[in-house]
Amino acid sequence: MSFVEYSDLIQDGDVAVVYLGHDSMMPVKVQQGAQTQTRYGVIRHSTDLIGQRYGSKVTCSKGGWVHVLHPTPELWTVTLPHRTQILYTTDIATITMMLELKPGSVVCESGTGSGSLSHAILRTVAPTGHLHTVEFHQQRAEKVAEEFKEHRVGHLVTVRNQDVCKDGFGVTGVADAVFLDIPSPWEAVGHAKAALKRQGGRVCSFSPCIEQVQKTCEALAHQGFEEISPLEVLLRVHDVRTVSLPLPDFGPDASSAQTPPDAREGTPRYGSVALKTTTAPREMPGHTGYLTFATKPRT
Amino acid sequence: MADNGDDDPQYTIKEGDHVVLKRGDIFKAIQVLPKKKVIFEKQWFFLDNAVGQLYSSTFEIVSGNLQPKKPKDTEGSSDAKEAGTDNRHIVDDGKSQKLTRDDIETLKEQGLKGQEIIQQLIDNSSTFRDKTEYAQDKYIKKKKKKYENTVTILKPSCRILAMMYHGREPGKICHLRYDALAQMLTLANIHAGSKVLVFETCAGLVLGSVMERMGGYGSVIQMYPGGGPGRAGMESFGLPAHFHDMLHDFPICHVNALLAGTLDTTAKDQSAVEKQSNMAADEEQNQPEVKQQVSPEEKSMETNTGDDAALDQETKERDQRREAKAEEKKVKLEEKRKKLAAVASLLEGRNADGLIIASRFHPCPVLMGLLKFLSPSRPFVVHSQYKEPLIECYTKLREQGGTVNLRLTDTWLRHYQVLPNRTHPLLLMSGGGGYLLSGTTVATDRAKPGGSQRSEEPAPKRQKLTDTEG
Repeated sequence: MSFVEYSDLIQDGDVAVVYLGHDSMMPVKVQQGAQTQTRYGVIRHSTDLIGQRYGSKVTCSKGGWVHVLHPTPELWTVTLPHRTQILYTTDIATITMMLELKPGSVVCESGTGSGSLSHAILRTVAPTGHLHTVEFHQQRAEKVAEEFKEHRVGHLVTVRNQDVCKDGFGVTGVADAVFLDIPSPWEAVGHAKAALKRQGGRVCSFSPCIEQVQKTCEALAHQGFEEISPLEVLLRVHDVRTVSLPLPDFGPDASSAQTPPDAREGTPRYGSVALKTTTAPREMPGHTGYLTFATKPRT
Repeated sequence: MADNGDDDPQYTIKEGDHVVLKRGDIFKAIQVLPKKKVIFEKQWFFLDNAVGQLYSSTFEIVSGNLQPKKPKDTEGSSDAKEAGTDNRHIVDDGKSQKLTRDDIETLKEQGLKGQEIIQQLIDNSSTFRDKTEYAQDKYIKKKKKKYENTVTILKPSCRILAMMYHGREPGKICHLRYDALAQMLTLANIHAGSKVLVFETCAGLVLGSVMERMGGYGSVIQMYPGGGPGRAGMESFGLPAHFHDMLHDFPICHVNALLAGTLDTTAKDQSAVEKQSNMAADEEQNQPEVKQQVSPEEKSMETNTGDDAALDQETKERDQRREAKAEEKKVKLEEKRKKLAAVASLLEGRNADGLIIASRFHPCPVLMGLLKFLSPSRPFVVHSQYKEPLIECYTKLREQGGTVNLRLTDTWLRHYQVLPNRTHPLLLMSGGGGYLLSGTTVATDRAKPGGSQRSEEPAPKRQKLTDTEG
């Protein structure tokens, strides 16, 4: 297992995702001799996981079963331990495409936070690209670096513990893309420009508030960035279900005098019609943040 | 902008390159060919002058040719810093512009630059000075759009091409909006080194995007309907030649045979394998030969027309050509067979790492058929312009098992105008981007879940589990 390469069998030291049910998953560090408690009972790593195929069904001690999935950045995003607010897959997908990330891309990111976006970036730029990520919170920086190693992507990423607004990304003229998720991105726009290649590149800033976007856009325009384009993507999840709509009883139909015999029994003639449809969730995330994209022209 | 000492040739425009022209928000994909007339945004021009220039350069169109634009054209320095505060005295009498249509046409014919025409329009507008600062901005912007004849040449990318297709020909790509495409690539965990199945009728846009994301590592198998795979959009990506080595195709009409194990490639395969070595050599010799044959002939037509010897030679050549063609056809047929066998063996392992479907066909049978080629614990994504067929897919998958994490989604995309004191959403794009059904494969049980497969297991617990199974 690695976050950038599929493998078929679960091995000692892997991170696997235990799928307990819809919207209920947990990450598991696979270790010889270790056990994991789930609400369906215990999973014994040595016998239940190691050597098994990813995607197989594992029967737990209480007789229930779970599926064990190969880790992906998307599964990690919904299971990772939060140390900060994180970016979710909808925004990550948009960022990845609009920053034009692909194998070989060199990317700068700040802050690293819980590493949700970082894993997605690493997946996309592997095997020849690199991520330079900056996190000013020392403990978070250490923790995330440890996770990268555990997930076998450590060789693709450099974590720097510094303040991006003051000290920049620690690299200059190497990046194809820069991503900012910090409270005052406008203070880092100059550093973003410096980190990008002389031939140009793309930048994205994520901010929850429109005032932040305004300041960032101003700073971007001031630094000569082009194609400044703030946007927002919202995800709608449709719940598939069968609904039944009752039909009203209009009483006996005069025109067709012969009423079917069973209708006289006093039971309603019309029951209901069942149909497959989707319903919108009662509540949905209406806002995560504005994504501001821009292009650095060649200098 | 055009500084010297740019040693990396990947940033210069070369003949034969696939590029994207951009003006405002309008894009057009095109190949740079010598003396080829290009029509873009009601203007025609030749791209020849762009060769050797750097990507992302902006050009001015001057009588059909491109001229590199000066790095810093003093941006519409409206020295009229005068501005009104409101429009209470601005009357629409249709006479505010003192230049007539004919005057403007003459200005254009004189070869005035867009910038200069705009300045003329401003100078001759009696109301411009009374407009508010914001209205002046808007006026200039509008005129720029109309009179500035510049074009920027970009290196193609998934982002640009997806935006281009959605803007120009959404019907050709099943109304797959670019944010939806972005979701697909991410949800399907497309990355270097995997083996991905693609079924699309989006002109090759989805295929190209997948290939770009895989960077030439791994393999892509394009399942195609009808006579051949559609790839025009993929060509527009201008991907390096070696990326094409990872691309395979398989006609979807053979899927049933392949699944049943009755696909007839083995027999042919064997003969193909035998011939493989000399065929490869054959082909290598053949290909350039055919090409060469055409060009000398063309030359001979030009130089010695009416010559008897030439005529004689011509018939000879024609015969040769026919023979070569027949030979070529044979080789091609063999090649095709060999390819089919190779792809079949790629698929037979049923260990693909991802599946992406975006087509005008009913997604349900496509998904059910192709899902069988995936390894367990691999993602798949289906796009459809309509929600109902995906509901059907969802229901069927839940019935038959073998998948978890099913989600039916769509995304909304909202662009913003952010300007001092003029910040607001641009437009709401809803509905049009299509719907996505995504999920993950898992190993299928021999017994159906819900059926009592192991009597010793406590029933109520199992019941509960089945409920939460998603």
